[in-house]
Amino acid sequence: MKLLTHNMLTSHVKGVTKGYPLLIKATEVKVNEVEFNPQFVCRMIPKLEWSALVKAADDLGHRQDLPAELEPDYEKNEDLLKKVHRALLEVEVVEGSLQCPESGREFPISKGIPNMLLNEDEV
Amino acid sequence: PNKISNLTCLEWIQFYIILQDKFSRDKPEIKALLALRAKPFNACENFKEKSPFVCLDGLSEEDVRWVMARSVCAKSAFELWGHGRTCAELQTSLSSYPSENMGPFMHKGSTYKINVYTFNKTLLFADRIKKIDALEFLPFEGSVSLKSPEHIFCLLEDYGTDPNNIPEHPDYMYFGRWIADGQRELIRSHSVKNRHFIGNTSMDAGLSFIMANHAKVHENHLVFDPFVGTGSLLVACSHFGAYVCGTDIDYNTIHGKGRSSRKNHMWRGPDENIRANLRQYGTERMYVDVMVSDASKSVWRKAALFDAIITDPPYGIRESTRRTGSHKDITKPLDDFPLASHVPVSQAYHLSDIFTDLLNFSAEHLVIGGRLVYWLPVYRPEYCDEVVPLHPCLRLISNCEQTLSSHTSRRLITMEKIKDPEELDSLAHLSDPRFSPYQGHNAFRQKYFSGLNKKSSKEDIKVDINGE
Repeated sequence: MKLLTHNMLTSHVKGVTKGYPLLIKATEVKVNEVEFNPQFVCRMIPKLEWSALVKAADDLGHRQDLPAELEPDYEKNEDLLKKVHRALLEVEVVEGSLQCPESGREFPISKGIPNMLLNEDEV
Repeated sequence: PNKISNLTCLEWIQFYIILQDKFSRDKPEIKALLALRAKPFNACENFKEKSPFVCLDGLSEEDVRWVMARSVCAKSAFELWGHGRTCAELQTSLSSYPSENMGPFMHKGSTYKINVYTFNKTLLFADRIKKIDALEFLPFEGSVSLKSPEHIFCLLEDYGTDPNNIPEHPDYMYFGRWIADGQRELIRSHSVKNRHFIGNTSMDAGLSFIMANHAKVHENHLVFDPFVGTGSLLVACSHFGAYVCGTDIDYNTIHGKGRSSRKNHMWRGPDENIRANLRQYGTERMYVDVMVSDASKSVWRKAALFDAIITDPPYGIRESTRRTGSHKDITKPLDDFPLASHVPVSQAYHLSDIFTDLLNFSAEHLVIGGRLVYWLPVYRPEYCDEVVPLHPCLRLISNCEQTLSSHTSRRLITMEKIKDPEELDSLAHLSDPRFSPYQGHNAFRQKYFSGLNKKSSKEDIKVDINGE
């Protein structure tokens, strides 16, 4: 699971009102190099919950001094875009789980793939 | 008076073999691609509705090349120099084409060749030569080169669309300069036959590219498939430069485990998954993620996240329609991966609910102007345009039919998001029944199997796997 995906996911456990962001509990993290594409990163930044990305990257030990606040002229800062690119597309949680911050429900991640299915008694 | 000066003629493939006329008659793929390039679709009126040819105005040669670099339905594009119902009319038309437009392609020292293309008729070699000789009135000053000509010209003859009633003389003729061919090669290079990871319902390569074109998929887009299966649609979208993600309720499919869909293969290999499929075509960099998830229980935060949603929902013919929930029909989890693969009890997911959920999801999560492209199965005797579900936030762009059997077909539906959802939209069904779920979809499976014997349904499955 990449952090771009994590940034877009929320808990869908029944009754939960504050299910974002999901907590990452990683037991294996990998960095896969992906071709840098500044246009895509610039397109995604306005869609991101910035603080959730910074926290997730920090939790996995890959914050690379990403600023807590996003600067307005980020499009011109290639160094920053490269770091965002790394956080969004290169850092991957291979094994671990995602935890709903309100209910504590965990969703396992296995071989890089989150399993977001709820049990029959949870829907 | 001959008004054609800068017209471009796109010649259509005989896609009828696989698809219905509908696909080419409305030209939704070309329209979508021109919309993506912010260019008008100005089709000439004097061209017959059913003709495989479409004549477009108001485009540059570059626009046409760009469209042809994406289109799977279009076979070839030509700059139209003349046309007519008879040889005499064609000659008159050609002689009024400005010589300064012809000059750059006919001057001394240039090389060229002339092809003859006939639609709905095969000509003998000698007859083709005669047709070419009859064009000698054109001021060609260059020399003929059959192997590597600088310029290729084409005489196109339209013998109608009825193979049982082929006229002696063509109904219509066109002459033009060849500009570019479409992307039919993609159908072969991306054939499901040679793909690493496939399933029983893998989408045929040609249709996947058509869907990506209908969805106006573009470089740097983010595309989502909520019923991703083996990822055929993601393969097509990633080819056009979009970043892709998908979900499926089936743990084994997403993880590439379980029985193989290939003949003579019992189990899937260790690296049969969607990511490996993208790797096979050199687009792994476009892979974002796939997840095990139930399309009826959205896991995405409320925001316009996706530029396109493109999907083939299960209609219960080859894969069952499921969602999580209580039901006595318990699916047992496999033993070797107990925790991660817990398969919750699933219950039938009604088709009408699948489409309602899909439209609501798209209205919520598409960007404005983003497109939803999906297949809607229909029982033909009961079909009318009113059964296609609508949504106040989504505008219907096109609706094309592909027949599956004498009494069933599926329709490729393309919609575009025009506004963000508001409270009031949930009341839309009160004013127009098309905003409510059409219950008739629910009986599709039963209707599909009525009057269909086992043998032909097996053949159907084979055809889909082979992508033919």
